[in-house]
This record gives sequence, structure tokens and C-alpha cells, in this order.
Amino acid sequence: MITLENVSKSYSTGAPALNNVSIQIDKGEFVFIVGDSGSGKSTFIRLLLRELLPTSGKIIVNGNDVAKLKRKQIPKFRRNIGVVFQDFRLLKDRNVYENVAFAQRVIQVSSKEIKKNVPSMLSIVGLAGKYKAKPRQLSGGEQQRVALARALVNNPPILLADEPTGNLDPKNSWEIMKLLEEINEKGTTVVVVTHNREIVNAMKKRVVTMNKGVIISDQKEGSYIDEN
Amino acid sequence: MRISTFFYTLKQGIVNIFRNKWYSLASLATITTCLLMFGVFYSVVMNFQYIVKSAEEGVAVSVYFEEGISEDRIVEIGEMILKRDEVLKADYVSATEAWETFSKDYLGEYAEGYTENPLEDCANYQVYMKDVSRQQDLVTYIESIDGVREVMQSALTANTLSGMNKLIGYVSIAIILILLAVSTFLISNTVTIGISVRKEEISIMKYIGATDFFVRSPFVIEGMIIGAVGAAIPLCVMHVLYNKVIGFVVEKFSVLSELLNFLTVEQIFATLIPVSLILGIGIGFVGSFVTVRKHIRV
Ligand SMILES: Nc1ncnc2c1ncn2[C@@H]1O[C@H](COP(=O)(O)OP(=O)(O)OP(=O)(O)O)[C@@H](O)[C@H]1O
Ligand SMILES: [Mg+2]
Repeated sequence: MITLENVSKSYSTGAPALNNVSIQIDKGEFVFIVGDSGSGKSTFIRLLLRELLPTSGKIIVNGNDVAKLKRKQIPKFRRNIGVVFQDFRLLKDRNVYENVAFAQRVIQVSSKEIKKNVPSMLSIVGLAGKYKAKPRQLSGGEQQRVALARALVNNPPILLADEPTGNLDPKNSWEIMKLLEEINEKGTTVVVVTHNREIVNAMKKRVVTMNKGVIISDQKEGSYIDEN
Repeated sequence: MRISTFFYTLKQGIVNIFRNKWYSLASLATITTCLLMFGVFYSVVMNFQYIVKSAEEGVAVSVYFEEGISEDRIVEIGEMILKRDEVLKADYVSATEAWETFSKDYLGEYAEGYTENPLEDCANYQVYMKDVSRQQDLVTYIESIDGVREVMQSALTANTLSGMNKLIGYVSIAIILILLAVSTFLISNTVTIGISVRKEEISIMKYIGATDFFVRSPFVIEGMIIGAVGAAIPLCVMHVLYNKVIGFVVEKFSVLSELLNFLTVEQIFATLIPVSLILGIGIGFVGSFVTVRKHIRV
């Protein structure tokens, strides 16, 4: 599903953010990516989204060599990847329903389909009752659920989450992680970048640890590693 | 494109306009001003040209014949003149008619004293032209015809009129081009502001997998709507004011009323409506399209 072969990424300034990284993530896996600040986790996610191109090495996502995608092919490529961020990134002027429907409009789903899909997605994330609320009327946990519903409403085979619980209290963090697990159990490949030691240790999933752009550990049913 | 996508795009375009009201208003005002000036300009130029044209049609070349010419030859000469394609018509004025007109205009009752026609040799053709700029050619040609004694022309009037017509044409094209450039620039600015306000939304759309077309369309629609409204307003204003202004001019310059022939609102608007709309929407489209291409890349 996701393959990196000797991938390096350097920004114009400083040391490489990723340095000769190779990893394989199979269909249906649930993977945590952990590591210190600045270790290259977000860079990894952005490479998978083809927001960035690798400086060297090869990245295959869903059978596509991302470096070989033409500009015109990028939108189609991204429709197979759902993504959520620490800061939710909702459209502030639109209500919950519209925020989720938005993802379907973008890929030109018919209104009839949208009317069916959005409510069912909202009930999966537990927000069926709040579809009319604007983002500022919601708690952080609720906002992240909306973001999750938006990421998933198009049924992407891959879900990427960059610190999805970074702004949430422990209870909400747990609820979001449980949702991610449920989604994974339905077959979606899930990659979660997180700093949440407690959850990583409790969930017993694959854990990939990064440090200074290098993968220093990759464990099945792993735990959060202290580098120091 | 799906119909629902079209309406969604349209709605977002309109939302854009209201979201940055002040910039939209500013570019709307500029386009309105530009197209109003264009409309006024166009009306003035068209009417002036119309007046000039009516005046031109009145400009005649008079052709006099040699003494003792036969009637047949006169008819022949008439046919030769009419064959020229710059000629509109050639009216024959017999010596009797020439005298009657002259005596009526200048002599009045004193004409009674004449028993013979003093203008015996003054039978002539009054030649009217379609294209005054070719008057000199025509005169040279007619002078070369056998049986023609003299050709009288009003060279000054003809040349001045066609020269003036050209000058007005050039000046108006120049001014209109400048106005168009200013409007396009302002639309582009409005759209740039719109894009910067919606940076976040655009980046979200890209993550979700929106095509360039989908992301860009609302902004282009925004520009086109501003352009269309910016064309509609001056058209309405012009429509209301046109007859009033003409009425005012006719009243103020009643002395010249013989000379002043104006086009009707309908004649002006038959061209002005499509041209203004195309210009307005075109400015909106070009201004926003170029900007959007520059600023929104997936
Ligand atoms: N746009 C950029 N331009 C230059 N350098 C960058 C850019 N983005 C990231 N970096 C650098 O690349 C390195 C890795 O950054 P990255 O954002 O991937 O880290 P991270 O693991 O996500 O950190 P955090 O846990 O704080 O989010 C850092 O040294 C960072 O300064
Ligand atoms: Mg990060």
C-alpha cells in the first residue's frame, strides 16, 4: 500500500529532514509514527500526499510512483488518501454538514449521494445531532470528528493523521483514537503521527520511531521509545 | 461538469463577492465607470460620425458642361459618373431649374425683370458621394471626360470631415484601451485579495483532491459576475439619460437643428449592449483567470 525506498528529503536549509528512509506499510495496517519534534514525521506525511517531492529515493502509494505523477493526476491521486491534522482545518464559515459535504462536492458526487453519505458518516463519528453547528460552536474533540468525517466520507483506502490528538484532552484523544481503530478494522490503512505515549503504549499497534530523519526502530505491537 | 457542481461554483463565486465586499465594490465601481465612459464615448463618437456622414452626404460635386453640348452626351456623362463606385447619386439640374432655384433664393420678386434665362449654360450634375475621401480622384476623372467644362467642389469640407472622423476614431480607441487595462488590473487585485482570504480553504480543497478547475472556477465566476454587473449598471444609466441629453442638446442648439441628426436609443444600444457585456464579462474573465492561474497551483 505504501512503500518508501531509500527516501531522502532536504529542504533548502539545514540537515535533511528525511535521510535514506525505507519502510513498507501493507493494506489494512495501523501504524503509529513517533519521535522527537523535528525528527521528520510531518515531512513523511507530506511526501505521501505528494505535497513534497523526495530529493532522492522512490515512494509508491496505492501503486503510484508519486514522483512520476503528472500535475493533472495529483487530484485523483489524493482522493485515495484521507488526511486529518492537529489543527482540524475546518471551513469556519460553514456548518458541520457543509464541511463534510464539501469533500464530496470537490470530487463532484451528486447531491442525492451527498444527502445520503454525509449523515451516515456523521453518525459514525458520533455527531449526527450537531450537523447544523458551526466549527466555533464545537469542542476540539468534536471538531476533530468533523475533520475525520470529512477525511473518510469519500471512502479512501488510506487515512493519514498528523498529530490528530495534539490539541485534545485525554478523554477526547482516546475517543478519536478509538474511532481511528474502528475505521482501520473496516479495512482502511491508517498511519497516525502522535506524541501521545500513553495511547501508543496501550493500543499495541505497530510503532515506527524516528530520530533526526532516520527510522531508529520499527516494532510490531510496539511501545513509545524514549530516545534519551 | 455536473449541474450541482455548476450551481455550487456559482454560489461560491457569489459568496466570494460578498466576503470581500469592499474590494468587490471597488472593482465594480471601476468597471462601471470605465464602461460608462465607454458608453458615453461610444454614443458621442457614433453620433458625431452620423452627423458627419449626413453632412458628407450633403457635400456635392457640381459638373458643368461645354457650350452647345447635346442632350445625349449629357446623359452619357451622367452614366459614366454613376459607374464609379464612390458615387452615391448624380442629380441632373437643368438650366431652368438652376435659374428657378437661384432666383427664388437670391432675387425674389426682382426675378420678374428677366425674360431670358441668364443661366443658360448652367445645367449641371450634382454628384453625391458615398466615400468623400475619394473625392479628388473623382474630380480628376470627371474633368477628363469629353464635354465637361468645369467641376466645382468643396475640397476643404470633404477632407476636414474625413480627417476629423479618423482622429476621433483613434483617440477613442486609445482611451478605451487604457480604461480596459485599468479595469483588468483592478479585477485582478480583487481576485488576488479573495484568494489570499481563502488560502486555507484552497489548501484544504487541494488535500481533498480538488482539481485546479474546481478550485479556480469560483474566482473566475466572481470576476465574470463583477464584470457583468459592471456592464449592466452603465447600460441602465445610459438608457435613462440618453434621450434626456439629446433633447437638451437639440433645445440648446436649435439653430443647428438642420445639421444635428442624432441616432435613436435603439440604434445606439443595438451595438452598445452586446459590446459592453462582452467587454465587462471579458475583463472579469481575463482579470480573474490570469490571476487565478498565477496564484492557485496544486
Ligand atoms: N518548509 C520547511 N522548510 C525548511 N525546513 C523545514 C520545513 N519544514 C520542516 N523543516 C525542517 O525539517 C525538519 C523536520 O520537520 P518535520 O516538520 O517533519 O518534523 P516533525 O517530526 O513533524 O516535528 P513535530 O513533532 O514538531 O511536528 C525540521 O528540522 C524542520 O525544521
Ligand atoms: Mg509535525
